Amino acid sequence: MRERGDVSDTDSGPTGEPTDRPTREPVRDLADGSGAEAIDAAEIRRRVAELVAAHDPTTMSSVEFLGHRFDAGLAWVHFPVGCGGLGASRALQQVIESALIAAGAKAAGGYRNPIGLGMGAPTIAAHGSAQLRAELLRPLWTGEEIWCQLFSEPGAGSDLAGLATRAVREGDGDWIVNGQKVWTSLAHKARWAMLLARTDPDLPKHQGLTYFFLDMTSPGVEVRPLRQATGQAEFNEVFLTDVRIPDTHRVGEVGQGWAVSNTTLMNERVAIGGAATAREADAIGAVARMWRDRPELRTPGLHDRLLRAWVECEVARLGNERIRQQLAAGTPGPEGSAAKIAYARLNQDVTRLWLELAGEEGLGYDEWAMRRSELGQAALGARVPGYYYLRAKGNSIEGGTSEVLRNVIADRVLDLPREPRTDTKVPWKEMPR
Amino acid sequence: MSEPGIPSLLYGEVEEDLRATLRELLRDRCAWHEVLARIDTEEAYDEGLWKAVAAELGLAGLLIPEEFGGAGAGPREVAVALEELGRAVAPVPFLASAVLATSALLACPAGEARDAALRALADGTRTATLAVTASTWPGASFPLSVTGARDADDLVLTGAVTGVLAADRAELLVVPVVVAGEPQLALVAGDAANLSRRAVTSLDATRPVGELTLDQVRGRVLAGPEHAEAALGHALRQGAALSASEQLGVAEQALAEAVAYLKVRHQFGRPIGSFQALRHRAADLWSDIAAARAAARYAAACLAEDSADAPVATALAKAYCGDVAVRAAEECVQMHGGIGFTWEHPAHLYLKRAMASALLLGTSDRHRATLGTLVDLPPAI
Repeated sequence: MRERGDVSDTDSGPTGEPTDRPTREPVRDLADGSGAEAIDAAEIRRRVAELVAAHDPTTMSSVEFLGHRFDAGLAWVHFPVGCGGLGASRALQQVIESALIAAGAKAAGGYRNPIGLGMGAPTIAAHGSAQLRAELLRPLWTGEEIWCQLFSEPGAGSDLAGLATRAVREGDGDWIVNGQKVWTSLAHKARWAMLLARTDPDLPKHQGLTYFFLDMTSPGVEVRPLRQATGQAEFNEVFLTDVRIPDTHRVGEVGQGWAVSNTTLMNERVAIGGAATAREADAIGAVARMWRDRPELRTPGLHDRLLRAWVECEVARLGNERIRQQLAAGTPGPEGSAAKIAYARLNQDVTRLWLELAGEEGLGYDEWAMRRSELGQAALGARVPGYYYLRAKGNSIEGGTSEVLRNVIADRVLDLPREPRTDTKVPWKEMPR
Repeated sequence: MSEPGIPSLLYGEVEEDLRATLRELLRDRCAWHEVLARIDTEEAYDEGLWKAVAAELGLAGLLIPEEFGGAGAGPREVAVALEELGRAVAPVPFLASAVLATSALLACPAGEARDAALRALADGTRTATLAVTASTWPGASFPLSVTGARDADDLVLTGAVTGVLAADRAELLVVPVVVAGEPQLALVAGDAANLSRRAVTSLDATRPVGELTLDQVRGRVLAGPEHAEAALGHALRQGAALSASEQLGVAEQALAEAVAYLKVRHQFGRPIGSFQALRHRAADLWSDIAAARAAARYAAACLAEDSADAPVATALAKAYCGDVAVRAAEECVQMHGGIGFTWEHPAHLYLKRAMASALLLGTSDRHRATLGTLVDLPPAI
């Protein structure tokens, strides 16, 4: 599950001028090389063996083991020493994961703290002060402190830089924040939030933003569940009323919030990894099984659509595997945006096909009662086809709309001319809203 | 790096070297305006270019083992060559000779005629074709249009085959023939007595098809009834799987042409590439091409590894990449506006190659039907 708004207004930099932002993972640059020459795959395996010998992952809690792993610099191997890393090449991360799995350790629990691990940690490492790094990285890594992202607002979706939440400084003291954020995954569990707020409405929109880490237990933070078309509430609205943030929790300079947020946003898709899915593992598998098991439901038109969908799903699976192989080989390409668009379209097509194939059963639904749910689509088999059809509608909106992602490809990959813009030079407060 | 089961979908160093060499040659000797000009001549194929590709670069022998003078490479390398040849819409009989006929020969039992043919193909002194209608798909029933009779160790063949790639060009023909009701493959010389060959005006003039008429033509036995069907099926599957890489190359070139034009063509005071209606379509094409690359690579890798999944990979790649190439070429025409519809612009070269390639060796629909059988998604009754 991705936070909505993570790829927004991507065609302008903090100054509103077109930028050529790198499509590669920026944290790569954190490895200063100081320890890089000394650390190779053999050295990594030696350190993993040492860690496992001292702290048996099969006999202690995962939080405890993850803490030891962090202290050994084996959390994010490309992070600096003291920040859970060794300042080594990112390509060695896979060596750690493989060696740990071989030693019986569970995979690091990204599902518990996906936003923290995927976006929070790289932002802390790249832009946080020494104090913030020391304070925040370890409990983020172990999952003791969950993170969320307070970026999107009711009035700032794809146009993230137009956001209106205000942060005003009290003299030389704390910042006072007022505003409303929306589509916030995990806000109800989060201890920390990445917050982007407007600190100068007189400047053009990209220039008046500042980035903060917000303690979600602060007075004035109110989290409300946001009910979706499926009936359940995966996300939240977050209301901020006179919330106080110490200046030490500001990240980057005042007015540099857009640049800092780019680190957060760019790391989102890079965090995706792990093993390739199996053939027919997704919704297409459920539809294929229904087709095989229920010959009475088959029609020629649905057969054609099923075969087309099967081809597209399998090709998309191979495309994702190719992206994974590129990352593993240390040569990431820009295919991630394309994969996201394809996933959204296919999941929507396939779940619709599922409902049409199910026919009469498709008229039913399991439950409209509002419940908190885990992030993302429920596991296949847990809900009725109608649920998956409805949930899939979010796929082309969350994590950057498909339209915004097409612009990303047009700008960064194809280098097509930009659309003329009217919103990047005028003071934010003068823009129509 | 990849888990067992999914082979590498990336390009290896050898493959990248091969690409660079071939691309340079094609850039120097196969400019699109030369390809275009050739259509108005009698000589469909660029013989000088074919000699350079087949003999000097040795690409005709990519699939042929070193013991026969070939490169001993494999489908992955052939796929890269086809990407580049597709990108340039090169008028050379590579698919017919170095893929289809060569694959058929390699699947035939060793023998004097076969081995001599492989040597002649490997060193580029001979060009071959598979004498089947080029729209034939892997899994189609064995062609019945040529029958033969035994004459001592040889066969005497009679019949006709239409829609054959390089029909009037090949010096060697691998001919499916029915002898006493049983399938065989025969090797026939292009200049054999009583063989008539005729090129026909073709949708893709850079790779024309033609007709063969055999009236008591003498040929050598390549494969008897126990091997013939499998050898033909192997050749058709290799051809279908690898033509997906050619389609990838055509699609990439069509998109590159379109994007280049979107950047320079101005209307309404702006480059037309700044209009979102066009930007989004170009982005979608790029995404589809990225997916097509994964599919084409998977097919080539499955052939190279002789994977049990090769039939699925083949049908998948041909079904997907054919459609992507046609769509890319169609969009290339449309995004160019008026100029894209003229003879003097290369867009129609890509369109014709893409469409003809989609019709070769089984249409997308045919391959989806094959997939339905392979992965147990049967039709409605």
